[in-house]
Amino acid sequence: MTAEIRHEWPLFEVFVRAKRGLNHVHVGSLRAADHEMALHHARDLYTRRNEGVSIWVVKSDDVVSSSPDDKEAFFAPSGDKVYRHPTYYAIPDSVPHI
Amino acid sequence: MTDLGADGAAVFAGTIEKDQRVEPRDWMPEGYRRTMIRQIAQHAHSEIIGMQPEGEWITRAPSLRRKAILLAKVQDEAGHGLYLYSAAETLGADRGDLTRRLIEGRQKYSSIFNYPTLSFADVGVIGWLVDGAAICNQVPLCRSSYGPYARAMIRICKEESFHQRQGYELLMTMMRGTPEQRDMVQDAVNRWWWPSLMMFGPPDDESPNTAQSMAWKIKRHTNDELRQRFVDMSVPQAEALGVTLPDADLRWNAARGQHDFGAIDWSELKRVISGDGPCNAQRIAHRRKADEDGAWVREAAAAHAARRRDVVEGTSKEAQP
Repeated sequence: MTAEIRHEWPLFEVFVRAKRGLNHVHVGSLRAADHEMALHHARDLYTRRNEGVSIWVVKSDDVVSSSPDDKEAFFAPSGDKVYRHPTYYAIPDSVPHI
Repeated sequence: MTDLGADGAAVFAGTIEKDQRVEPRDWMPEGYRRTMIRQIAQHAHSEIIGMQPEGEWITRAPSLRRKAILLAKVQDEAGHGLYLYSAAETLGADRGDLTRRLIEGRQKYSSIFNYPTLSFADVGVIGWLVDGAAICNQVPLCRSSYGPYARAMIRICKEESFHQRQGYELLMTMMRGTPEQRDMVQDAVNRWWWPSLMMFGPPDDESPNTAQSMAWKIKRHTNDELRQRFVDMSVPQAEALGVTLPDADLRWNAARGQHDFGAIDWSELKRVISGDGPCNAQRIAHRRKADEDGAWVREAAAAHAARRRDVVEGTSKEAQP
């Protein structure tokens, strides 16, 4: 590891709330020395045209994600429970508002 | 981890087949990863180097309005470069390493940015033709098979439209001006037209990567298809502007429903790509200097962040008894 690598800024993931009432949505990543700088860079990079009213930044190393290789096993518990969906239940057409 | 490669290959093939997006942690063929990194890095480098030809005119823009517009545009180019480096990093590329590869000439950028901007009309023509060609290239890339790249392209395309329109409006303003101003516009068009056509890359029969990139749905159209589309779009825009495109063979072909146009001097493209364009050395020297001049700022910011972290965590040497 050279000194140059050590000085490289960590990677942050950026989430932007487009307007009040909506969730923050992941928009990309950026490099910054710390969280405060990451927020400023995120504002300059991802909201140059009023794209947001609020920003989250999270160190990429702190994000834990499910593995695409285990996708089937991981999401299997929800796959076989069709009774969780409203369309599973047959209701006569004559019954209103349901 | 048994046989993950074979399973992965089947899943990957299915994803491409169903026109779904490949996402960062999915299995992908090494060639796909390599091609994506090369293409995204080359694109990112083009945005960053592309700040230079127009950036030179910020201090000389003829009005505060034009200066503010040009600043915003050049800032967008920086932003586009960063969106793309961000996408490249999802493939395991390292941003600092990509910059080093650019500076050392081991990765390329679009040959168009090796031409000089001789007058303020060049700023307008770059917006109209160069960004216009970029839009032609980039709109189909919004459906590129690699998710982070496609999403970056959607963001970029939205902003490119401003770039093209400000350029065209600038040219319309100059065309309503003095004869000298009109001559400046025509001169800039004469110099930028052919290099703009070269932006689409070599002709299809000499483009070695096209077939594989189309099969992987990284590219959606061939170089020649996009070039033709650009010519057909530009002709009426040139007419409306009142300039002549510098090609005696350019004419409507009713049978094809497209314009015929003259032969492109591919030896010029090869020369510029291989480093012998008017500004290659200058562009890289400028980028290298910016990187070197900024090194102490990056180091100081990293040191400041480390120190603040230590203070917060109570582990700084000063805080120890």
